[in-house]
Formats: sequence, structure tokens, C-alpha cells
Amino acid sequence: METISVCCDQIASSKSTQLHVLAVDDSNIDRKVIERLLKVSSFKVTVVDSGSRALEYLGLEEAKDSTQFDDLKVNLIMTDYSMPGMTGFELLKKIKNSSTLKEIPVVIMSSENIVTRIDRCLEEGAEEYLLKPVKLSDVRRLKDSILKTENRSRKRKRNDDRLPVLPSSLSCHKNLTMSPPASPQPPTPKLC
Amino acid sequence: MELNQMKRQINFARNSLFEQGYLDEQFTQLEDLQDDANPNFVEEIVTLFFSDSMRLIRNVETALENYPTDFCKLDDYMHQFMGSSSSIGAKKVKEECTQFQECCRVRNTEGCRRAFQRVKQEHATLKRKLETYFQVSF
Repeated sequence: METISVCCDQIASSKSTQLHVLAVDDSNIDRKVIERLLKVSSFKVTVVDSGSRALEYLGLEEAKDSTQFDDLKVNLIMTDYSMPGMTGFELLKKIKNSSTLKEIPVVIMSSENIVTRIDRCLEEGAEEYLLKPVKLSDVRRLKDSILKTENRSRKRKRNDDRLPVLPSSLSCHKNLTMSPPASPQPPTPKLC
Repeated sequence: MELNQMKRQINFARNSLFEQGYLDEQFTQLEDLQDDANPNFVEEIVTLFFSDSMRLIRNVETALENYPTDFCKLDDYMHQFMGSSSSIGAKKVKEECTQFQECCRVRNTEGCRRAFQRVKQEHATLKRKLETYFQVSF
């Protein structure tokens, strides 16, 4: 067993705990509204106006070493369904078919309550299908769900890397010991 | 006191917009997103709505003049119009857009023209009322 002493400064400068959302919508009004909804809910937000621009943005991330550029890591993608060019559904498929991007949860937003469409999106791997106009309560619920998933995968990663599990409240210069790996977690339940 | 009277008048104007069905809950959602750091959020959104919708209105007018009627294009414009109306809580405008989309669906050009007149009417009324409310010109 190893003991590692961790300094507060190191923790403060490490990975930001603010979740980063990439929002995709061709409507400038909806882009402005979703941006505000997300910022009010303490997300970091990047907004683009098309599926192809979203992929460009995500593609730029792939090239970078994720441990160095945590600021750019996208924790959630929210996309409008009906967009010219690439639809939200097509964007969803491209993301879920990408080995580097498929872990990122994708939420579809649509003004249309069409059951077959909803089913198709969920089957393709969408986390949720939100009816527009999106409300603050929708965003807050989403945040809780994403945070739970993030925390679970962070714990899994730490155990895989054989780093100590850090307690939520830290005091400076604490001596920490490694803990044994956790048992496998059940898959995240699909919401909506 | 003058300030209190002004506040009362603003509240009255705001409440009647809701009571008369011009605005719905979504407008309140937008108001909730406004704060001291973003004090003009609602006005900014409404400004965007009117510049967008005026462009869409021109597009629909042109499309309605063309023969044969391109219902796909019309439906597409209306979908956008509907979307932005919904996003600001423009209730009556949204309702008239639905009527228009129905005429598109059954490929009734004359019906579309009449429905569009009503869309424009509601749009103009809302614009007037919100200009008064915000004390600006959109």
C-alpha cells in the first residue's frame, strides 16, 4: 500500500468541477435561451448553430490530450432535433458511432411530441428527449442525472488508475491511502 | 407617489397580456432568467423574435405569391415561426401558426393565405403591446 500526501493547491488547480455543455440549435432565439438556462444552472456553455459545427468542435477536442485540456471536455450535448443539413438525430448517430465521443450523453430537444421519434432517439442512445420550450426544471433535472453519471465514472477511473479515493471534504496535507477497486456499477437508467 | 403608480401600471399591463392570452407561461420562464447581471434578457429575446419573425413573414409572403404553392417550404417557415413564438410565449401567434400549418397539411393555398393574414394580425398586435410594455421600438 502506498501513502500519498495531497496538497490543497494541487486539488484546486486540477480538473474543474463545472460541467460543460455543448448546445446545438439552428434557431438564434433558442440558442440564446438555452445558453441562459444553462448558465443560470451553473453550467459552462458552448453554443453552435449546426450539427457540422458541433462535430468540428468535438473533433478539435479529440486531437488534444484530455488530461491537459480538461476545460474543453464536453460533459453533455444538447441538440435540437429539426435542423437543416444535419438533423439532431443524425448528429446523435454520429456521436454514438464515434469511439471517442460515444460516452458523452446526448439530449434531444424538439417542439414535436411524436412518440415514434422519441423512441427512435432513445433507441439510438439519447439520454433524454426534451419537449421545447425547455424549462429551468428540465435543465436542473438533467444536471442531477449527469452529475451522478460523472461521479460514478470518475470513481471507476480513479480505481482503474489505482489512485486514492478522495473524500468530498479535504483538509490540507492529509495522508491518503489507496482503497480497493469498487464493484461494477449498474448502467445509468434512461430518463424520460 | 409617481413611482408606485408607474409600477402599478406596468404590473397591470403585464397581467392583462397574460389574461388576454397574448402571452403564456414561457414568458414568465424568460423573466425568471433575468437578473441584475442580465437585466435586459427578456427584451433582448423579444427583439430577436421580432427581427426574425419579420424576415419569416416576408419569406412566407413571397412563397404564397409563387405558383405552384410550395407547401413544404411554407411548412418549414411556419415551423420556424412556431418555434420562436413558442420560445417567447407568444400564445396567440402560436395558435394562428398552428391553423396555418393545418392548411399547409391539406394543401389549401387560399386557406393558407387567410390563416397567414391572421398570423400577421396577431403578430402586429403583440408587437404593439410589447413595444408599449418595454417602451421600445422593435
